[in-house]
Amino acid sequence: MNSGDTGFIMICAALVFFMTPGLAFFYGGLVRRKNVVNTIMACTAIMGLSVVMWVLFGYSLSFGTNHGGVIGDLKWFALNGIKMDEAGPYADNIPHLVYVAFQMMFAMITPALITGSLVGRVKFKALFFFIMLWSIIVYYPMAHMVWGQGGFLGEIGSVDFAGGNVVHISSGVSALVFSIILGRRKGYENTAYRVHNIPFVALGAFILWFGWFGFNAGSALGANGLAAHAFMTTAIASASAMLSWMIIDVIKDGKPTLVGASTGLVVGLVAITPGAGFVPIWSSFIIGALVSPICCFTISFLKGKLKIDDALDAFGCHGIGGIWGGIATGLFAKSSINSVARWDGLVFGDVHLFLMQLVGIVVTIAVAVVGTLICLGIVRLFTPLRVTDREEKVGLDISEHGESAYPTFNGLDS
Amino acid sequence: MMIKVEAIVREEVFEDVKEALNAIDVNGITVSQVMGCGAQRGYKKLVRGTEVDVVMQPKIKFEIVVSSEEWEKKTIEAIQKAAYTGEVGDGKIFSYEIRTATKIRTKESGYDALN
Repeated sequence: MNSGDTGFIMICAALVFFMTPGLAFFYGGLVRRKNVVNTIMACTAIMGLSVVMWVLFGYSLSFGTNHGGVIGDLKWFALNGIKMDEAGPYADNIPHLVYVAFQMMFAMITPALITGSLVGRVKFKALFFFIMLWSIIVYYPMAHMVWGQGGFLGEIGSVDFAGGNVVHISSGVSALVFSIILGRRKGYENTAYRVHNIPFVALGAFILWFGWFGFNAGSALGANGLAAHAFMTTAIASASAMLSWMIIDVIKDGKPTLVGASTGLVVGLVAITPGAGFVPIWSSFIIGALVSPICCFTISFLKGKLKIDDALDAFGCHGIGGIWGGIATGLFAKSSINSVARWDGLVFGDVHLFLMQLVGIVVTIAVAVVGTLICLGIVRLFTPLRVTDREEKVGLDISEHGESAYPTFNGLDS
Repeated sequence: MMIKVEAIVREEVFEDVKEALNAIDVNGITVSQVMGCGAQRGYKKLVRGTEVDVVMQPKIKFEIVVSSEEWEKKTIEAIQKAAYTGEVGDGKIFSYEIRTATKIRTKESGYDALN
């Protein structure tokens, strides 16, 4: 074991942890002022729930002994048998416990991403039980299939450096399915939902950017050249995506916006996630610059033509950005950068990896759609998914939590 | 006769009242966020396990100036319908005569200033 690597991964785990509070502010700023407490509370509750579940059985189900290439087992129930001073099967340079902690943060941010498409109308109780079931039915199997020993997507040669499939496509697609079943917010057709706190949105995006360096560089599982490579592709892709979203804003509206720039940098991060440690530096400019127009088009198509209320664009940003990232990895990956990729990408003349990336994406979408429908079916037996019309009108801060985020303008209630 | 209609309503019916006024072609409204209490006298609320008194309630105040008693009646009816929930705290509507109106940009006064 190596103390440098151990220290590096522990810091990276803390950086990935910080992404969920960042996301809470990113989403919190985007909603209306009567729903901001509920939106931040959704991420907060998941921070508690995901840690408890991960330690009890989540890690073991994701990374335990393989069953059919799909799921682990319960041999590490409640971290039983995981020693603090022994390396585990997934990295021989760091203690097993450090690997558990690093992966725990991924199991936290992923369900939190889903909440973005449900804001303003989902019942808190329904969301809470849904996240509990979704972690078991969708996240742990996905993590096992892609990263677990014997997981079948890893076996067929599909690659995912830091979680394009596991984190972004799975959460984005699940968010889309949930938001369709949940229905649109009241008055979706005739009200434009104004962003209530733009500095919150920017603050959240910056925290996500900061945390994402731990997410991608830490996925090298060592303080080494590959980590530095992933660090730089991450920086370049998000910067390029931010600039290209600003260009889109200028073309469409004449003015660059802070909300647009913040969204752009986040989708750039999403797009580079699966390929960060596989693709050459130069390609990260292309991956970043193209993701903004792709996501921007999807968002306006979903909202304009299909009239689906993917409220904060969890699918438009994470689903579509993740799919583009998976495809881009199949285009640009080089096995000389990281030998986990068995073949070079399509632009270097080999079609194998590209096809396997498509398989990975299709399987992820299928698991997310089916898994989400099962979870919703179960949750519905116990509680309605939506709040009542009156509660929605009053706002979820008051009706679900009895708290309001801001004093009135005149301050008389402070 | 120019009449001012003043309605103090729940925060959450803001959109409904706005739409109701829009539907009867009332153009020109002023809205403010106000605090107040009526028969309800506030309520008690728990903050980190401790009870606190919340006497003043946040409300929305609409102010509309109309040009006849007929319009006054229509406006009040529309607001009453849109703001009704049936529970304590629905608010009140007042109306009274006003003396003058002047449009700042054109210096028009009286009825002409209302459009």
